[in-house]
Amino acid sequence: MKETLLKIREDALSAISAPDADLEAIRIRYLGKKGELTAVLRGMGQLTAEERPVIGQIANEVREAIEKELGAKAEAQKAEALNKSLIAEKLDVTVPGTAVNVGHVHPIARIQREMEEIFIGMGFDIVEGPEIEYDYYNFQALNIPPDHPARDTQDTFYISENILLRTQTSSVQARTMETRKPPIRIVSPGRVYRSDAVDATHSPLFHQMEGLVIDRGVTMGNLKGALEMFAQTMFGADTRVRFRPHHFPFTEPSAEVDVSCFACGGKGCRLCKGEGWIEILGAGMVHPNVLTMGGIDPNEYSGFAFGMGIERIAMLKYHIDDMRHLYENDVRFLKQF
Amino acid sequence: MKLSMKWLADFTDVSDVNIKEYCDRMTDTGSKVEGYETLAEDIENVVVGKITKITKHENSDHLQICMLDCGTGEEIQIVTGAQNVFEGAVVPVAKAPANLPGGVRIKAGKLRGVESNGMLCSIAELGLTLHDMPGAIEDGILILNDVGLADAPIGADVRDVLMLKDDVVEFEITSNRPDCLSVIGLARESAVSFGKALNVPTPKKPAAKNDGDKIENYLNVEIRESELCYRYSARVVKNVKIAPSPLWLRMRLRAAGVRPINNIVDITNYVMLEYGQPMHAFDYACLDGSRIIVRCAEKDEKFVSLDSIPHTLDDSMLVIADAKKPVALAGVMGGENSEITDETKTVVFESAMFKGASVRVSGKKLGMRTESSSRFEKGLDRENTMAALDRACELVELLGAGEIVDGTIDEYPAPATPYKMELEAERINAFLGVHLTEEYMAEILKTLDFKVEDKMLTVPSFRDDVRCMSDVAEEVLRIYGYTKIESAPLMGVTTQGGRTARQQFELSIRDALVGMGLCEAETFSFISPKFYDKIRMAEDDPRRVSVVISNPLGEDTSVMRTTAIPSMLKILENNAAVKNANVKLFELGNVYLPTEADKLPVEARRVVIGAYQSEAKSGDAFYAMKGCIEALLDTLRVKGAEYTACTDDNAFHPGRCAVITVNGEKIGVFGQIHPLTIANYNIDAVTCVAEIDFEALFAAHEVMPEYTQLPKYPALERDFSFVCDEEQTVGVLSSCMKKAGGALVESVSLFDIYRGPQIGEGKKSVSFAVMLRAADRTLTDEEADGAVKKILKKLESDCGAVLRS
Repeated sequence: MKETLLKIREDALSAISAPDADLEAIRIRYLGKKGELTAVLRGMGQLTAEERPVIGQIANEVREAIEKELGAKAEAQKAEALNKSLIAEKLDVTVPGTAVNVGHVHPIARIQREMEEIFIGMGFDIVEGPEIEYDYYNFQALNIPPDHPARDTQDTFYISENILLRTQTSSVQARTMETRKPPIRIVSPGRVYRSDAVDATHSPLFHQMEGLVIDRGVTMGNLKGALEMFAQTMFGADTRVRFRPHHFPFTEPSAEVDVSCFACGGKGCRLCKGEGWIEILGAGMVHPNVLTMGGIDPNEYSGFAFGMGIERIAMLKYHIDDMRHLYENDVRFLKQF
Repeated sequence: MKLSMKWLADFTDVSDVNIKEYCDRMTDTGSKVEGYETLAEDIENVVVGKITKITKHENSDHLQICMLDCGTGEEIQIVTGAQNVFEGAVVPVAKAPANLPGGVRIKAGKLRGVESNGMLCSIAELGLTLHDMPGAIEDGILILNDVGLADAPIGADVRDVLMLKDDVVEFEITSNRPDCLSVIGLARESAVSFGKALNVPTPKKPAAKNDGDKIENYLNVEIRESELCYRYSARVVKNVKIAPSPLWLRMRLRAAGVRPINNIVDITNYVMLEYGQPMHAFDYACLDGSRIIVRCAEKDEKFVSLDSIPHTLDDSMLVIADAKKPVALAGVMGGENSEITDETKTVVFESAMFKGASVRVSGKKLGMRTESSSRFEKGLDRENTMAALDRACELVELLGAGEIVDGTIDEYPAPATPYKMELEAERINAFLGVHLTEEYMAEILKTLDFKVEDKMLTVPSFRDDVRCMSDVAEEVLRIYGYTKIESAPLMGVTTQGGRTARQQFELSIRDALVGMGLCEAETFSFISPKFYDKIRMAEDDPRRVSVVISNPLGEDTSVMRTTAIPSMLKILENNAAVKNANVKLFELGNVYLPTEADKLPVEARRVVIGAYQSEAKSGDAFYAMKGCIEALLDTLRVKGAEYTACTDDNAFHPGRCAVITVNGEKIGVFGQIHPLTIANYNIDAVTCVAEIDFEALFAAHEVMPEYTQLPKYPALERDFSFVCDEEQTVGVLSSCMKKAGGALVESVSLFDIYRGPQIGEGKKSVSFAVMLRAADRTLTDEEADGAVKKILKKLESDCGAVLRS
């Protein structure tokens, strides 16, 4: 009987070692309910009491050996199969990935948000005002009475005698003074309208951002400091700011503000037309008449205001050469931002 | 304002400053320079020559060979085609190689075999016109003998002889500084800017003739509108000899961009440019009744201006009239009926001061803007009329253009009082953030013609723009230097800064839509009223009432939109035109809804989504749009949205349009664009658009996400397919199932709709997966089956949907 058992072991192990061994068939043949080893064990009853434990132990050893070998072979077969499939599944990693449709923020909105973040960091609130506005807020409250020559320079779209499409976000100044008391620190972005035909550098509709700061003891130095901080964050830490005298009816003194060209650092290049400086905004100290009309005592408070074109900043920063792109909304353009 | 640097030199000497530095410094002190031009720079090697001999050209009928003495000792041979040359004529000679205006280069060469070493020049070839050079002819050589220059030194540079050399600086003068629209005004600014002396001579008053003839014999002036005409000064010139002005005067006018006409007219222009005081000259013979009346025009009164254009006036317009008729539109332009002609013998010079607003409005109404009106409308110096008048008379005498009649008329009903104010040095320093001494400030102000006595300032009469501390601060600062202000950080009370919840919500919308692969667009707020037709809006739709722009650029931008759908379709069309495939756009834009007249409209923000795509299966585009909206609402935490079929918006496909409601409130509409609507746009793909109200979204959104416990017990899923009528909607079926299943129904999701012959005509099979779950226990199969039974029963009874076998 012992020989039978050993023969079973030898046969089974040999079968398992075959390259394409069908492990399940082998298991059934030797270890299954009707298998060879089971058959031997059934015959154990005929053995003597002395032989039984000896043969029983051998039988167990044979079973364990076969099971172990089966297990090991199964692992090996699995590993081999995995290897095969890994090789079969090889991909060309240079084939482009599956396209994900990515959206894009409009360049104007993108720049506007960037500008807003800078001023929020300096403690400014964002406020908004109506685009269709009373003449009062767009002109009169800004020290531009009817028949003031400055009205000619801003070709205004009128709705009625007293209502117009605002020509400047400065209209928010007076509205802000009516609803807030100093200290005031606000920026107000939005759409403005001027009767200019569309071309590469003009649009009857564009965006501006107005800034207004009113407090005790605000100086023109503070204006320069605030704009310098803005310019350095927007255009780079080395950016310098230059003030040139100008005239706006609602600020006094008034200035046109240039930044050193961020493309050439001020040496002169195509972007700055060889000047080294680029004009980006108008600013000044809030005119006492404007404060007074806003219900703020100019003897107690002073302030500054500034206004800049968002399109202008976007075009400068992204080197956009034609304003029309901004409103035609060709996705080939929009997807660049 | 174009400034001749030669003219400037009459009043201040800045000759040691080069032109580039001059321009930069002037800009820095507040007179912005637009650019400068060196006149006659492009003329080179053109000299005065005398024709010594003319011979016929052998090979030509029209060419002549001139020998010229150009002062070099050697005669120069030049072939010319001109016929007006003669021996002894003094002419401009471009000696080869020479340069002429317009980049013309003259080289030596042969003309039909005869050597020609240059060119004789016409006025046009020197860049001149007959106005600049009266006496010359247009189609021939400029004969200097004809223009009073027979004695020009032979060999001299023609630019010197014709006084062409000058530097001209063009200034952009801001509207608060009309005083700088004059040579003297700019001379003052130049002197202060460069620390030079300013020397403005007082014009010499004409000596009295005491011949018994006086102005009162000629003229009576009456100002009827003293609110519109503050001052009217006049003098009379008799025995006038109309002639061209001398060369120096013509060349100065030319440099300033003004066309020379004749001595009298040129004098008025010259004085305007020099003193900033517009003047006018009337032909006295044309004034009826020896009178000048400053009055408002009568309604519909006719008037023909100097440029021969007829105008119909109204009673708001100020005119200068004689006893019978208007002879000038005050401050704007004179009348043809009294203009100076070659026959004029007696002239009335007007030097007046009109109200700026009045001149501006008259000019605007008649579409006229002149050198005169553009000065008046900014507000001029009332104290300047007499000086200008004296200067004009001085020039008359200098030019020998006539005799000044004794006496002046100067109607000045309410003389201006000088404006006085305190010099608040400390306040100015604090305001600007600088540290300047009071003495330094006073020095600057004095050079600007302010009087400074004991901290009291007297503002010069030509500086109406200086009225308060900040105005004075600007005067000091611009001379001290804007660039010297030191930056200082913002000080004072700390402010929080930031965005409102509404502004943050807007950013969330933008981020959500960009995250879904949409590109943001910006479109114009104004549209054409025809765009409402283009989207087939019903005739009685209230959205057809728009805010209308009274002076639009064109019809396409003439009304403020009440819906942003046409704008979206327009930009989708732009994209389709350049063959961009599968375009998805959105805009956060305003619409403008009229309220009452004379009240501001409501500016309502809209979220507009638009897309076109090719469809694999009919309805794909609609459901893609709906998916986008659902995802947006989910991101924004707007819950409980319901979608109801909308069949009556003509912009949309009647079977593919839905109204979105939240809590019973309509918040928007979306759908596939109607084939007839899309036919109005060049888009060859299935197009869907949504327009959702921003405020409604904002009001409906949950501010903070609220955590719900994750389920502790397993769910049971049951899948069913029902057959029901085609008309039955998935929405109704789902809500019926939810209602019937009660609290145990966690979700009902559609996974298939099938139509086919085995289902039957007019029927469809709809398949749902129903998730059942109890929050506090594991559901038993019996409980689930009980719920399913109720669902099936309810579906059959309420919706006529039967379980598909």
